[in-house]
Amino acid sequence: MTPLLATLYQILQMLLVLALAPLLTGWVRLVKARLVGRRGPSMLQPYRDLLRLLRKEVVLARNASWLFRSVPYMMFTAIWLAAGLVPVFTTQLALAPTADLIALIALLGSARFFLALAGMDTGTSFGGIGSSREMMIAALAEPAMLMIVFSVAILVRSTSLAEIADFMMAGAVGLRISLALALIALVMVAIAENARIPIDNPATHLELTMVHEAMVLEYSGRHLALVEAASMLKLLLYMALIACVFAPWGMATAGSGVAAALGGVVVFVAKLAVGGTLLALFETSIAKMRVFRVGEFLGGALLLSLLGAIFLYVSRGV
Amino acid sequence: MSDLGYDAAHMLGAVVLLMSFALLYQRRLFSLLNVFTMQALALTATAAWQAYSHGEPHLYITALLTLVLKAILIPVALHRIIVKMKIHRTIEPALGIGLTMVAGVSLVTLSILLVLPVTADATALTRENLALSLSVVLLGLLMMISRRNAVSQVVGFMSIENGLILAAVGAAGMPLVVEMSVAFSVMVAFIIFGIFLFHIRERFDTLDMQKIESFRGESD
Repeated sequence: MTPLLATLYQILQMLLVLALAPLLTGWVRLVKARLVGRRGPSMLQPYRDLLRLLRKEVVLARNASWLFRSVPYMMFTAIWLAAGLVPVFTTQLALAPTADLIALIALLGSARFFLALAGMDTGTSFGGIGSSREMMIAALAEPAMLMIVFSVAILVRSTSLAEIADFMMAGAVGLRISLALALIALVMVAIAENARIPIDNPATHLELTMVHEAMVLEYSGRHLALVEAASMLKLLLYMALIACVFAPWGMATAGSGVAAALGGVVVFVAKLAVGGTLLALFETSIAKMRVFRVGEFLGGALLLSLLGAIFLYVSRGV
Repeated sequence: MSDLGYDAAHMLGAVVLLMSFALLYQRRLFSLLNVFTMQALALTATAAWQAYSHGEPHLYITALLTLVLKAILIPVALHRIIVKMKIHRTIEPALGIGLTMVAGVSLVTLSILLVLPVTADATALTRENLALSLSVVLLGLLMMISRRNAVSQVVGFMSIENGLILAAVGAAGMPLVVEMSVAFSVMVAFIIFGIFLFHIRERFDTLDMQKIESFRGESD
């Protein structure tokens, strides 16, 4: 594998995730609309929304500081970089040595930290509520995420995503309790992190229970476009992460040619379609939770991932 | 390293354990019964798989017994009891759900710590099965002490029995007579429970254990 090709793949991956993220969100919205009997907007609607927002002027609150203005850029960059790190169609990426699960969590964590600060910056009560709730969710979701990483890392003996994908594709690991528990926990964390039902409702803008939307209520114009694009990227990132760790089949590996990489792109799009459909099915079949039960939900995820790590020591072949 | 016999047994056992946790998480009586049914189905699948992969036909009988008794008869009967007695359908745990889950994970850890040194020379499957079934038993006990409602205590008791069957299925050489007698004693226990529930209800007009305890002068 030449460094040139690896760099090309890396650039392709960065562009691919950016191009596909709104499409994924549009797909989930379309499937949800169809499931409840509406026709729903076209899958391309999120692109149009983003373009419209980019063209609109930015309205800033009088007391907004530099932090408020710079957060959308920081957040978007961090999440875009994180989405570029997760191997989606090939494990031979130029940034593969840095594509570490813990680095990924750190990137997502810093994006969230800045967004929570921005939520409080303008001093509106809604922003404050959103930030404090987001931090409550984060305080529970991040330990669970780290526990999942530990289970997978102990099993694979690496936290590098490319190595994990290679290991899983080799099929040496078989069915494991720990992996099943980690998968369930990761799905629960992903639902909470992406502000989906039952934790938060992504389709609402004015509700007392909203979390993510409350934080970004003060944003407008290109800032809002960046924040929205970042949350779309985040959804794609979590799906790519689940696919990379638990279903990496179809990805190009070391030594395979360009054709395999292109095949990987097709398989990745198919995986996203399946993941989006499942998410839409789940969301339409469940009711939103009260905010105070989020703790139980994420506590459950933490405990499941903990159990997964414990069971590593009982099963054979660790 | 990966062979299907081990993998499938391992996963099915884990599903039974997971259902025990789901039982602890439930807040409504009917969904509690649904989860209990699913646990029984997972147990049936475990027994049938062990019978198939180890070539022990008597385990098919265990699977059949579990299916008929645990997955069909008992849930249907409990369902009818709930409807008939018009029990309040939400469960009020004596301990918070979060605390119960923490206690559950500690119990699983405890059972693993107990089982590991004892079975140092056993195969991985036996070791794991013992750890899983001991956890299911302990979680069933936890369920019995952490719920106030008599019906959910009955479900806790039944899930203890699921743990016992899981252990019996995993340990090769458990005689059929023992399994049959366990299954039937649980059935008898269930009938007695049913009669008891009706009597308690008639006497005290409630199935909430905390209220009943006041009749013994235990709580104030």
